[in-house]
Amino acid sequence: MALQTIEFEIDGSGTPRRVTAPVHYGVVGSGDLEVLLSASDKAGKLQVKVVTPVKGFEDLWRRVLSHFAAETGLTDARIEINDNNASPAVVALRLRQALAELPA
Amino acid sequence: MIAQVNKIVDKLPRVDIPAGWIDAVIQSPQPFFIEPLFTRDPGLITDNHILLAMMALKGIYGEYKVKRLNHGIGFLTSAIELILPTYGEELGLKGECCTHMVLNPHPTMIPAIEAGWVDTIHCFGGELGMEEYVRARSDVFFTGPDGSLRSNRAFAQTAGHYALDMFIGGTLQIDKFGNSSTATANRVAGFGGAPNMGCDPKGRRHVTESWLKCGQEVPNMHDLIGDMPRGKRLVVQGVETFGEARAPSFVDKLDAWKLAENAKLDLPPVMIYGDDVTHIVTEDGIAYLNRAPNMEVRMAAIRAVAGYTDVGMKEDPTETKRLREAKIFQTPEDIGIDRSRANRDLLAARSMRDLVDISGGLYNPPTRFRNW
Repeated sequence: MALQTIEFEIDGSGTPRRVTAPVHYGVVGSGDLEVLLSASDKAGKLQVKVVTPVKGFEDLWRRVLSHFAAETGLTDARIEINDNNASPAVVALRLRQALAELPA
Repeated sequence: MIAQVNKIVDKLPRVDIPAGWIDAVIQSPQPFFIEPLFTRDPGLITDNHILLAMMALKGIYGEYKVKRLNHGIGFLTSAIELILPTYGEELGLKGECCTHMVLNPHPTMIPAIEAGWVDTIHCFGGELGMEEYVRARSDVFFTGPDGSLRSNRAFAQTAGHYALDMFIGGTLQIDKFGNSSTATANRVAGFGGAPNMGCDPKGRRHVTESWLKCGQEVPNMHDLIGDMPRGKRLVVQGVETFGEARAPSFVDKLDAWKLAENAKLDLPPVMIYGDDVTHIVTEDGIAYLNRAPNMEVRMAAIRAVAGYTDVGMKEDPTETKRLREAKIFQTPEDIGIDRSRANRDLLAARSMRDLVDISGGLYNPPTRFRNW
């Protein structure tokens, strides 16, 4: 199956939260995904890279990630997602679970 | 009346349909296969189903102390059944909830039954593979003199209509007003008992705690019946905001309208009407629609649980904040649910094999579910 890569940037908002140590969360199982969080030197930005077999949902990815960024304040960071047909609900759940792995 | 049978025999073990009712009998050339309609493999339950199940248990079952209920056949209700002995126990709901059920013999009920949650289950019909288990649990299931299940579809529908405190199930689409349907433009699927269970029966006069509480929370009851107290059936729809193939579960207009047009129906086929739905559970939280005073607030509560669908994108954050304060919409965090616990470790059985083991070897799953 041809994979497609979607890349975009989101402006950080709210109380800034930074990635203090890299995180890997989840498994690229069917209907699931893995999330990699790392620090980036792009101040005030959240860089997103999604690799997915599903075509035509760029808008939806942007909605889910923007909402996550606004809710958590995550910034100066890079999020990489390797997706295998996860629903937006699962994406949101795994992102939160990944963030919970960060040392407080 | 024409009966198709697998075998014509000299002597029957029992009589379900007297001969006088039958005009013709045909022995089928190949044995008729009974579909195991109510069997859900615990192996296919996702973390998201479990999150929804946790919210339903804590925010609805526990909140209203729901004792008499019916479950739909989806993975959400299977997940609820499988976390009763774990999360439900932790919440202290044993004996307080799910004691009386109008339900087919769902294999995923086995762990809860074995843990002593359920007093009685009255069945609409049977389920392939559950025969011996039901026979052995005649303290819970209704059985006949020969020990086998006595189900009664008409009684179960009637009890389900009048006596239940709650119906919980899934659907394909919910519109912005709260009407739901499993119809698509070209077909209607699965309307089994949902219209009977998924409505507020106006003939009901008996009181239970959960029914009364649900009615007491309706803020505009006074506009309808003045100072007269009345309860309300809990009708719960649990859906992920996006279903199969990322099709949105929340829509502006139901596909049922198109089906009505295509099939020249008088009305769009609605499974549950918006005014009967009291709660909607999604990964975003719970909409307590019974607490909404008017359509405007109901629609705002629906937008709050509709996630990233087009309906959900119209959500106004300040309005949602007000709804949270009024407890008309609650997020998982608002009701004290830790999302990181939403994983398969919470399931009392994680596979078909677990169900067989927990049943003491009495449950005999159909071949296609024997995946070990």
